[in-house]
Amino acid sequence: MTEQMTGRKGTAGPESPAGSAAPPASAVPSPRDLAARSPHRDAAHSHAEAPAQPGSTEPAPAQPGSTELAPAQPGSAQSGSAEPARVATTSPTRVRATGAQALVYALERVGADVVFGIPGGAVLPAYDPLLDSKIIRHILVRHEQGAGHAATGYAQATGRVGVCMATSGPGATNLVTPIADAYMDSVPIVAITGQVPSSLIGTDSFQEADISGITIPITKHNFLVTKPEDIARTIGEAFHVASTGRPGPVLVDISKDALQATTDFSWPVSFELPGYHPVTRPHARQVREAARLISESRRPVLYVGGGVIKARAAAQLRELAELTGIPVVTTLMARGAFPDRHPLHMGMPGMHGCVTAVGALQQADLLIALGTRFDDRVTGKLDTFAPGALIVHADIDPAEISKNRRADVPIVGDCREVIADLVAAIRAEHEQGRQPDLGAWKAQLDSWRTTYPLGYDEPGDGSLAPQYVIQRIGKIAGPEAVYVAGVGQHQMWAAQFIDYENPGTWINSGGLGTMGFAVPAAMGAKVGRPDATVWAIDGDGCFQMTNQELATCALEGIPIKVAIINNGSLGMVRQWQTLFYNERYSNTDLHVTAEPRKTSGTRIPDFVKLAEAYGCEGIRCEEPGEVDRVIERAMAIDDRPVVLDFVVHKDAMVWPMVAAGTSNNDIKFARGLAPDWGGSEE
Amino acid sequence: MTYHTLSVLVENKPGVLVRIAGLFSRRNFNIDSLAVGPTEHEEISRITIVVNCEEHPLEQVTKQLNKLINVLKIVELEPGATVQRELILVKVRADAESRSRVLETVNLFRARVVDVALDVITVEATGDREKLDALIKVLEPFGIKELVQSGMVAIGRGGRSITDRALRPVERSA
Repeated sequence: MTEQMTGRKGTAGPESPAGSAAPPASAVPSPRDLAARSPHRDAAHSHAEAPAQPGSTEPAPAQPGSTELAPAQPGSAQSGSAEPARVATTSPTRVRATGAQALVYALERVGADVVFGIPGGAVLPAYDPLLDSKIIRHILVRHEQGAGHAATGYAQATGRVGVCMATSGPGATNLVTPIADAYMDSVPIVAITGQVPSSLIGTDSFQEADISGITIPITKHNFLVTKPEDIARTIGEAFHVASTGRPGPVLVDISKDALQATTDFSWPVSFELPGYHPVTRPHARQVREAARLISESRRPVLYVGGGVIKARAAAQLRELAELTGIPVVTTLMARGAFPDRHPLHMGMPGMHGCVTAVGALQQADLLIALGTRFDDRVTGKLDTFAPGALIVHADIDPAEISKNRRADVPIVGDCREVIADLVAAIRAEHEQGRQPDLGAWKAQLDSWRTTYPLGYDEPGDGSLAPQYVIQRIGKIAGPEAVYVAGVGQHQMWAAQFIDYENPGTWINSGGLGTMGFAVPAAMGAKVGRPDATVWAIDGDGCFQMTNQELATCALEGIPIKVAIINNGSLGMVRQWQTLFYNERYSNTDLHVTAEPRKTSGTRIPDFVKLAEAYGCEGIRCEEPGEVDRVIERAMAIDDRPVVLDFVVHKDAMVWPMVAAGTSNNDIKFARGLAPDWGGSEE
Repeated sequence: MTYHTLSVLVENKPGVLVRIAGLFSRRNFNIDSLAVGPTEHEEISRITIVVNCEEHPLEQVTKQLNKLINVLKIVELEPGATVQRELILVKVRADAESRSRVLETVNLFRARVVDVALDVITVEATGDREKLDALIKVLEPFGIKELVQSGMVAIGRGGRSITDRALRPVERSA
């Protein structure tokens, strides 16, 4: 009998840094907001002083929100402090409460300050005590999908756990897409759903759906809670699981009777997670082995993924790169992990990566893969990916290591700790005189960078180039702004043509590729970082999937800026039809009409009017000369959301491109044009 | 491809089997045999899974299994160092003419007769897969009316126990 390498769960390491620190941000409603909401809030609060607890004969709980139930950090939600609300550790609490109150108290204590959601029958009991919370701001969205993506945007912008809430049945199933999205991109969110009363579970009762069963494949973990006494502990566990190790979505489904019944709420809670022990400390021997390979390599590349951002390891990464002089590539999920303007940054690799980044991976003799998963969009045809490279692969998730490409040196651990240890190990190598000369390699990469810069063709007819619009937004809004993209051509251009200098300033749907992500995710990001300018770079196809959240933004005082890159078509699909389907444009033109000849020039919908209908500022731009003025006007408006309708040329394509299923070696930097790799071809 | 026997210790909670079985089908694995039951610890169940696959995909599925929060421990049991048993119950035609020969076969395999009807006897047998396959093969000519077979259960030889350290101290929040 043997115990496999993976047969025994790892020992508990120190807490993952995810969630333990946060960028300067607070999720406080703006003063204007609070003023607008306070009468309602006060009324609600006075109502709560004499709580009507249907069905409860227990003594009323000791004044929810009173000092006895002091929140984690009472000051933080009001003072705009840089520190997020934290778990209360000082004063243990014990009080009679309904399950619903226990839910709200627990959310307050795990540091939730914002919940995005929509009430409904089964979750109604939870919404009642939510009115009384002085800590949690509930934002009423227009569609549960919006709540889920908003929680993701919030989490990506702040590093904290995002929270969304919905009722049973259709409310819960509407969360499926954002949960799957968060799963693919390892985003810590907690979704709370009401469930029908436990006596009705399994009877096909009204608005019943087995949401915990449905979400098993797309959550890190989920819970079905049917007893009031389990609610607080489960919320604590859900936040712990979501935010530690490899982050991910956790769903907590709570039956209505559990929310209504009375229980003892006590805090802190003891977790019952005997099988959960994420490893964060890297193995010292593996780190030394990695440092040795680095000393021996001549063409190394730091292949950086989103795990570096999740681990808050940008500073450590920069130290590592500058210590070793090793060139860096940042994947779609890692844009911002390393400054774009840094001379060692070779750009984004992948299907629409730049020639230098793709070439660097292909011709490397060593890849130091950090928090990345060798996704097919990066590797291209796997068996021709980086054929001459040894692989050092560090990831917090052991299942990612050697999943797609065999690692020569596997390192399981949190990226921040891994990189810090690597820096120390490499210094030791340097002290012994082992420091490779990377001059020739860097000269080669620099020559590619000069020869094959990112670029685009101006449309010949004087219409707008979408790349130009996006580039100007990036230049005018600057590197402190947060950019959120939908999925498609505009997403790739936003990844390519905006310079990202800081982690957490680029938010997109990478793994699942969820069209409609941008508007609700930007809303969540803006709530999480109210002082930052938040731009949603969206396509007209994406925008029409979730734009109803503009109403939420307008009413809740969330002044995001939306740039619709409007080419009147499903642009990325159309690009593939151009390249691979003989220009047969089946169902990608969004302006086509039933009348055969009247196929263009329609404005359905008219995005400017739509914006105005939602209480937003709407501005259309069709002239290159107007672009800067329109963007600057949007930047000047901060009291309501702005929607810019950039009508752009519809034949623009995303280049470079590695066609799906082909080798990275066959990258084209424009249609039919392959780079000349020079004499060092493998 | 070879057969691998995994012993998976899990929390004894509702829905855990679905998580495990779902993971196998999602990752495109066929479960060859599956048996679930209690252990000497009330809070732990043990799932014995037999899969037929290559080494690399097995490593991948084991890692994915390990990520399930309710999974406490996974051990691959090598056939040579393990006792492996399955149970079958089989209804065999046995009229007056064939009955003695059926009983003789049953005795040869150290199986037991657990029920007798006019022209059918029900046989219970335990053993490893080869033995049970052999038994079924020799009973077939008499006429098998019904056959039910359990999943395989397996335990390592020697004094060590894989459940010894499966439970860790409870963590605390904050």
